[in-house]
Amino acid sequence: MNKNDAGVIIVGAGHAGGTAAALLRQFGYERPIILIGEEPIAPYQRPPLSKAWLKGETDAETLMLKPATFYAEAGVELRTGVQVVSLSPPDKTLTLASGETLAYETLILATGARPRALTIPGAALSGVLVLRSAADAEALKASLGPGKRLAVIGGGYIGLEASASARALGAEAVVIEREPRILARVANETLSTFFTNYHRARGVDFVLSASVAAFEGEAGKVAGVRLASGELIACDAALVGIGAIPNMELAQAAGLDCADGIIVDEAAQTSDPAIYAIGDVTWRHLAHYGRPFRLESVANALEQARQAACAITGRPPPAAEVTWNWSDQYDLKYQFAGLPFDVDDVVLRGDPASGKFAIFHLAGDRIQAVEAVNAPAEFMAGRQLIARRAAVSRSRLADTAISMKEVAA
Amino acid sequence: MAKITYIEHNGAEHVLDVKAGLSVMEGAVKSNIPGIDADCGGACACATCHVYVDPAWADKTGTPTAMEESMLDFAENVEPNSRLSCQIKVTDELDGLIVRMPESQH
Repeated sequence: MNKNDAGVIIVGAGHAGGTAAALLRQFGYERPIILIGEEPIAPYQRPPLSKAWLKGETDAETLMLKPATFYAEAGVELRTGVQVVSLSPPDKTLTLASGETLAYETLILATGARPRALTIPGAALSGVLVLRSAADAEALKASLGPGKRLAVIGGGYIGLEASASARALGAEAVVIEREPRILARVANETLSTFFTNYHRARGVDFVLSASVAAFEGEAGKVAGVRLASGELIACDAALVGIGAIPNMELAQAAGLDCADGIIVDEAAQTSDPAIYAIGDVTWRHLAHYGRPFRLESVANALEQARQAACAITGRPPPAAEVTWNWSDQYDLKYQFAGLPFDVDDVVLRGDPASGKFAIFHLAGDRIQAVEAVNAPAEFMAGRQLIARRAAVSRSRLADTAISMKEVAA
Repeated sequence: MAKITYIEHNGAEHVLDVKAGLSVMEGAVKSNIPGIDADCGGACACATCHVYVDPAWADKTGTPTAMEESMLDFAENVEPNSRLSCQIKVTDELDGLIVRMPESQH
């Protein structure tokens, strides 16, 4: 390979990698771009896999980040179903599983994360599922429907969204959670209670404070989840949603600095100046909170894709964003922004019983995070107040007679 | 199918044929038009697909839902003709639609 032809190689064709390729072209990058993905298909949006797509409300074409024709038209060489096995930063090359070596001038690692596996007996039975890729979602969808029962291990967003979608498809759903409440790692207790009640009222069962001992099956297929208590939860499929771990082995083996993710700076640059990393795989400093963290969200993937594309094309860096995410369950739109670090108080605005409320997490008189259910104004205003590090009055924040526009003014 | 003209903040025009059933946002994103970010992919969760609908088209594009209104309330440089383009469904009726993009979505 002629090294003069080397441009940007992006390893990982997910939301982050696909967006980086598109932005590089938008920003006028004219050198070659190679986008390499292990999955057999072009970049697509993962969020709908547990929501609209699972319920059959959106089709495969709508999922795609860009139309199939985009890559050729934009001069992006998309190589799907291809695995990168090693990086050689000193030579600026990488090696594929086929043995082929490719040279880069700039490398972007967008290798994402993978579902954390539950290593218990029976985990290899068919019907024990995870939800990350389109193929995972196909398998899950195929096991849902009237008369079917889905056991969900882990009461996080993936599990709750899948449960809501399972109910919409006429299947039963039971959520098994190790902690005494769902969303224990990520949400306020008021929210956990609200979501538990909302799901229960729509037919989802919850088994809390329960640890899973084994999957049991018949003829190689899962038929139940055995709890440590001895209880057996019968099911036709089991979805394991207990978090994700970063795919950083390539970076580690190549000697890049890593923590719980590939360490990057505010331009998404790794410890090697020719290598950027973006998305779920990164461990990034959060200036707003004065600490490093690994964020798993589309917003993070896109922000870092912008950072890397700006840096590579010599554009000024994009403005720092307050991290945010959302989850759709039934008719609920849950939006959250910021992270609840160093929180010493929470303020509830609105009545959870009304199905429209928000929880503000405060450190002193500043908002660190906001969680909003069917409350877009609270979400948007909260996000802006977090970004501005504005001092807020607890009583005004809690008073729904004062609009969020006034509170944020 | 509808012909839609997207005008960037710097004046650059992009005329696209957008399939009925897609949103005005999807039409731009699928053709990699700068100026519409649509971070949430059309879930009305982020307000990064803000556009100004040409006043002549205000009636045909309909009125925003309460959800969209609330999100727009906090977007930058909002005008009376501001909309979230993920919430405007393309129909044959919208053939000729003109939308302008704000300076920034973030």
